[in-house]
Amino acid sequence: MMQIPYTVEARPDTGLHNAKIGIWLFLASEVMLFGGFFSAYVLLRTGAVVWPEGSSILNVPIGTLNTLILITSSVTMVLSWAALKMNDLSKFRMYMFLTFFLGLLFLVVKLVFEYTPKFEHHLYPSKSTFLAIYFTMTGLHALHVLGGVIVNIYFWGPGRKLWEINPERFTNRVEVAGLYWHFVDLIWIFLFPVLYLL
Amino acid sequence: MDNIENVQKYVRRYLTVFGALAVLTVITVGASFLQVGIITAITIAMIIAATKGSLVVGVFMHLITEKKLVFIVLSLTLFLFLVLMFITLFTFGNQVGIHVS
Repeated sequence: MMQIPYTVEARPDTGLHNAKIGIWLFLASEVMLFGGFFSAYVLLRTGAVVWPEGSSILNVPIGTLNTLILITSSVTMVLSWAALKMNDLSKFRMYMFLTFFLGLLFLVVKLVFEYTPKFEHHLYPSKSTFLAIYFTMTGLHALHVLGGVIVNIYFWGPGRKLWEINPERFTNRVEVAGLYWHFVDLIWIFLFPVLYLL
Repeated sequence: MDNIENVQKYVRRYLTVFGALAVLTVITVGASFLQVGIITAITIAMIIAATKGSLVVGVFMHLITEKKLVFIVLSLTLFLFLVLMFITLFTFGNQVGIHVS
């Protein structure tokens, strides 16, 4: 059976394995996707007659808690990859479990302590421009978190079978999933002050 | 990053960066209570966010040890992102619909 080339060894022309260059190109497109929304935010805010302080509408302590949850999940993600580099599959499983658990916790906190109270107070996206851009940007980000959680659960569960056959390729897959997960963290690092604190 | 000793060294670095990110998050929230103008507040918040972002991209995403091609891709992305951010400045010159008496 023909093997997919350059999944482990680097391509001579790029110096990278294909998945690595693939994920960086994908993340570049993601920068432009979120960049469009950040640009829209700047346009809406500078064009508005009045703009509310984020902290007067949003829950800053909960936002701070979620920031810390996502940062912690980023470090457990990179530690799961490091565990594979040290040939320790059980440690990898522990760190990967923590990563997707924290990702799920982020989503639960967002839904239960942020979105639900807003809806209970009839603060819908249609209520104001601020709420419209808040729900759009955090909703898109939450979808990215959900996507990352699904991929991480796969590598924690059935996807780890590849470790038995080709450990180096599995390690590369986890590294690529990690790059995506850190990007999701990176977006939140900017979303949090922009929406909650300014 | 091939041998186990090297990976262990990097693990210590990851934990240090994690501590720095947590501290910077607290500083971000603390700085928002400062009684300063909006421009100063935005500048402070963006400097802290950019520092945190650099740590995540540089250390967690291993950009500091990445190949040249990745830097080329990201440089082009950064340029286009900045165009996207500053393109809104053109609206300040747009007088359509504004009636001057």
